[in-house]
Amino acid sequence: MKTHLWLLFLKMTLKILLGDLMKTIKKDKIAKLLDFLADKYELFAPTSKDGLVVSFERIKEGKQAKLRFYNSNEAPKKLFFPQSETLFSYSKGGRETVPEPKTEQQRIIFGLKPCDTKSLSLSDKVFDTTDFKDPYHTQKRGNTIIFTLACNRPQSSCFCTALGLGPFLKEGADVFVVDLDDKYLFEPITQRGEDLLKEIPGLEEAAEKDISYAKELAGGVEDKITTKIQLDSLKEKLDKIFDESVWDEIHQKCLGCGVCTYLCPTCHCFEIVDEQVNDKGKRIRIWDSCMYPAFTLEASGHNPKPTGKERMHQRIMHKFNYFVENYDEIACVGCGRCLRNCPACMDITKVIEQINNLK
Amino acid sequence: MNNPYLPIPVRLNKVTLENEAKDLKTFDLAFVNPQDVKAFKFVVGQFAMISINGIGEAPFGIASSPMNGAVLQFTVKRYPRGVLTTALHNLSAGQVLGLRGPFGNGYPVKELESKNILIVGGGFALTTLRSLANYVLHKKNRAKFGKLTMFVAARNPGEMLYKEDLKEWSKRSDIEVIQTIDNPVEGWKGKVGYAAPVLKELAPCPENTYAVVCGPAIMIKTCLFVLFELGFPPERIVTSMEMKMKCGIGKCGRCNIGSKYVCIDGPVFTHKQLQELSGEY
Repeated sequence: MKTHLWLLFLKMTLKILLGDLMKTIKKDKIAKLLDFLADKYELFAPTSKDGLVVSFERIKEGKQAKLRFYNSNEAPKKLFFPQSETLFSYSKGGRETVPEPKTEQQRIIFGLKPCDTKSLSLSDKVFDTTDFKDPYHTQKRGNTIIFTLACNRPQSSCFCTALGLGPFLKEGADVFVVDLDDKYLFEPITQRGEDLLKEIPGLEEAAEKDISYAKELAGGVEDKITTKIQLDSLKEKLDKIFDESVWDEIHQKCLGCGVCTYLCPTCHCFEIVDEQVNDKGKRIRIWDSCMYPAFTLEASGHNPKPTGKERMHQRIMHKFNYFVENYDEIACVGCGRCLRNCPACMDITKVIEQINNLK
Repeated sequence: MNNPYLPIPVRLNKVTLENEAKDLKTFDLAFVNPQDVKAFKFVVGQFAMISINGIGEAPFGIASSPMNGAVLQFTVKRYPRGVLTTALHNLSAGQVLGLRGPFGNGYPVKELESKNILIVGGGFALTTLRSLANYVLHKKNRAKFGKLTMFVAARNPGEMLYKEDLKEWSKRSDIEVIQTIDNPVEGWKGKVGYAAPVLKELAPCPENTYAVVCGPAIMIKTCLFVLFELGFPPERIVTSMEMKMKCGIGKCGRCNIGSKYVCIDGPVFTHKQLQELSGEY
């Protein structure tokens, strides 16, 4: 009897701690929930074009969201770091004006996969530094609530687990969402996620079996991701092989198209250019790529990275060595976009394997 | 929030042609808004981004001394392919430009205090070295430093930068100026020969001395070799690097040498640091 009471007490406590905060909603009501969010917030969700989930776009109606998808073709980084972004505008004789961020309306991104959610915290390390805060990126970050959707449809090209991440990684999410076949489970991760869930009408309290089913799903999905990368001594290895002939080989089939860097959720390199028509102009930043010859070409004609070899070296080193050196993390989340979309079938996991196999 | 991408307006006060080849000009820039004078506090060896609206932006080392206050000087080489440098060379006094900065670490002036300083400069890389020399020579600072030697190499006398400064410095007893040109020219009173062999012949003493070296890659390479031979340890050889930059604040991702960004970790590195970094430059 005593044990029974004790167990009951434990159950209640757990329910208060977790269950009460976790919510569910039936799948047929999710469009309504998104309608509610779209009404109050700028809502972004995966949308489809020609039957493919290409990217995260602003939606006005819940039914526009396509929540059953592998992952968006484009990385959602563009919502924080647009491919082209005006830094300021000017007119001849006038003062520069900076485009005012719309701070009055908060944004919600619904359905980010855990890998892409993680990529945002990696971008923060570059843009949100103490010495020079990037106002454009940090304002958008601060103004955006993230609903991460657990990934239960990994592809054969995915390798998040190889990087110590996973399809059910909650890091970076405000609310973590799990697809439970006939309903969605919502778990608040941050205070603002919790507060937001309280606002949403129609949510039901999660039952214990919902929570345990989510756990069950998580284990099953992890097993589906089979690519492994040996990371233990990778940085040290890369430290030592700057001049090795392996780089002559690795870049050979690369066309230098840069699609890997454009689709990569963590690639953050940019170019700054002026656009001017008559007396009015603006300074904009646009995505750039270390795979392009002009990336480091100086006005004198000197180019420290003149061939594909140096450029491939830069890309691999930046992700797996320099970023680790500067920010203690690898600048790759294993989303697999670069290897799915490379026209020459370059596979970054194979490149790492090749480097690891060097004596 | 302070926006590091937003330039402050500066007025081009004066343009000085520096060389016979007519591709080097020094630009005197003054702040349009008085409050920016105080806000733009820089140390010797730092750089700034100069922009012309509609043309673009590029980094340039500050060639004037921070002791000079309100006027900033930049010496810019015009390259036929350089869109901004060409546009800058076509400007005349009175125009308003954009300025961002100061950026970078600058020369380790605190560390240089009480040391002898050997400045080795070649071609138009003399810009921030001139800032350093004038900083050390300022009456408020001179006593803090040891012996100051300025070794300057140029192709010919017409290509010597900062002829006025060189003249002034030569009159002083608290700086030794040695100039060399590649080939003999009638009436030339300085040395003749490439930088490295002349430096070897001068054989500066490494004791309690920092060497600050800037110049074309080949000159740096050969002079470093001489300095090593003379006994300068790599941690007391200082140089300033240049790379293509866009942001100047460690985000745009292109000016790295290995894991270090020239814009925020540099542009000033000791030779020891460079030896430890593997990377192209």
